[in-house]
Amino acid sequence: MLSNLNFRVIAETLPDFWGGLVFTLSISLAAFAGALAIGVVACAMSLQSSRVVRAPAVAYVDVVRATPLLAQLYFLYFGLPNFGVLMPEIMIGIVALSINSGAYVSEIIRSGIHSIPRGQMEASASSGMSYWQQMRLIILPQALRPMVSPLIGQAIVLVKDSSLLSLISVLELTRVGQTLANDRFMPVEGLASTAACYLLIYYGLKLAAAAWVRLAQRPGRC
Amino acid sequence: MAMDMFLDQLHGMAQYYPVVLKGVGVTLALSFIGIAAGTVAGFVLGIGRASSSRALSFLVGAYTDIFRGTPVLVQVFVVFFVLPEAGIELDSFTAGAIALSNLAACFISEIVAAGIRAVPAGQLEAAASSGLSRFQQLRLVVLPQATRMIVPSLVGQYVLLVKDSSVVSAIGLLDLTRSGWVIVQSVPNGLLVFSAVGLGYFLICYPLLYWSRRLEKT
Repeated sequence: MLSNLNFRVIAETLPDFWGGLVFTLSISLAAFAGALAIGVVACAMSLQSSRVVRAPAVAYVDVVRATPLLAQLYFLYFGLPNFGVLMPEIMIGIVALSINSGAYVSEIIRSGIHSIPRGQMEASASSGMSYWQQMRLIILPQALRPMVSPLIGQAIVLVKDSSLLSLISVLELTRVGQTLANDRFMPVEGLASTAACYLLIYYGLKLAAAAWVRLAQRPGRC
Repeated sequence: MAMDMFLDQLHGMAQYYPVVLKGVGVTLALSFIGIAAGTVAGFVLGIGRASSSRALSFLVGAYTDIFRGTPVLVQVFVVFFVLPEAGIELDSFTAGAIALSNLAACFISEIVAAGIRAVPAGQLEAAASSGLSRFQQLRLVVLPQATRMIVPSLVGQYVLLVKDSSVVSAIGLLDLTRSGWVIVQSVPNGLLVFSAVGLGYFLICYPLLYWSRRLEKT
C-alpha cells in the first residue's frame, strides 16, 4: 500500500498542502486568540462570589464540555441564518472553535489560579491590597507559569479540531487532502500528506512545550 | 405568528423521532465499543509504554503519537477510504468503531503509563522482595494502585470519546449528529434542531463529566 505511493502526485500537490497548512495555522491562531479572550472573561466571571455573575459562566463551560464541537459548529452554521446573520463559513468556523476552546481555556486558567496557596491571597489582603491588586500583583504572576503547558496542549487540540471546518467547506488542510483523494482518486496520497502536515504542527507544539518546561525549571528564571 | 411557526417546526421535528432514536443508538453503540476496546487496548499499550525496555516504550510512544497528533476526522477517513486500497472493505460503522477504539487506546495508553510511573518505586521493590514474579508485581501491586489514581482522567477521556464519535457522521453513518443534519434539511431551523442534538449529547456526557469531577475531588 505504501510501497506504491505516487510521489510525483505528492510533489505536484505540495503547494496545495502548503496553502492548506498555512490556512489551518491562521485559523487556529485566530481561534486561539478568541479562546484566550473568552476564557479569561469566563474564568473571571466563574471566580466571582455573586451567583448571577457566576452561573452563566459555569453553564457555558458545562454545556460546551458536554457537547461535541461538530454539533456546535452545525448549530451556528445552520442556526445563524435564522437570525438573519450571514457570515462566511470560515468566520463561523473560527467563532465555533473560539467558543469551544474558550471553555477549556477558562478551566485551565481557573486551575492555575487555584494552584496558588490560599495563604498568598490572605497575606496580600492583610497587607491592604484590593482584590484586583491581589490578583494582578500576587496571584496571576505565579499562576501564569503552570498554565503554559496545558495551554499549549489546548492549542494542539484546537489545531486538530480545526479539521472539522472541512465539513462546512472551508478549504483548510483536511479539505485539501480530501479534494486530492476524491478528485484524483488518490486517497492514500491525499490523506497521508494531510496527516503528515498535522504531525508537523503537533511535533512543533510538543517541542515548544518541552522547551518551556526546561526553561521554567532553570533556577532563577521567571 | 412566530409562535405558530415554531410549533410547526417542533411538530415537524417530532415526526423524525425514529431517525433520532436510531442516531442515539449508533452514538451509544460506537461510544460503548470505543470505551470498552479502547480501555483494554489502552492498558496493554500503557504497560508497554511504562516498560523498562526503552525500545518497547519508544515504539509504543511513536505509534500513539501518530494518532494523538492527527485529527479524528482524518483517521476516520483513512480507515474508511485507505484500507479498501489494501483490500480491506469496511462498512461505515465498523470503520468508525475501529478508528474510535484505536484513538481511545492511544490516549488511554499515556494515561495508564503516567499512572504506573506514579506508583512509588518502593512498592515494586517491596513486591519483588516478597518473592512476587514480574507479572504478579504488575497485577497485584502496580496496576491496582495506578488504576485508582487514573480513574478521573479515564472518565474524562470517555467524555471526549463520546464527543469524538460525532465525526463518523462525515462518512455518512447515521449517528446523533447526522440525524440532526438530516432533519435540518426539511425543518429549516438549525438552532432548534441542533439544540435538540446538543441536549442529547449533554444527557450522555454531563453525568460522566460530573462523575469525573466528583472523583477528582475525593
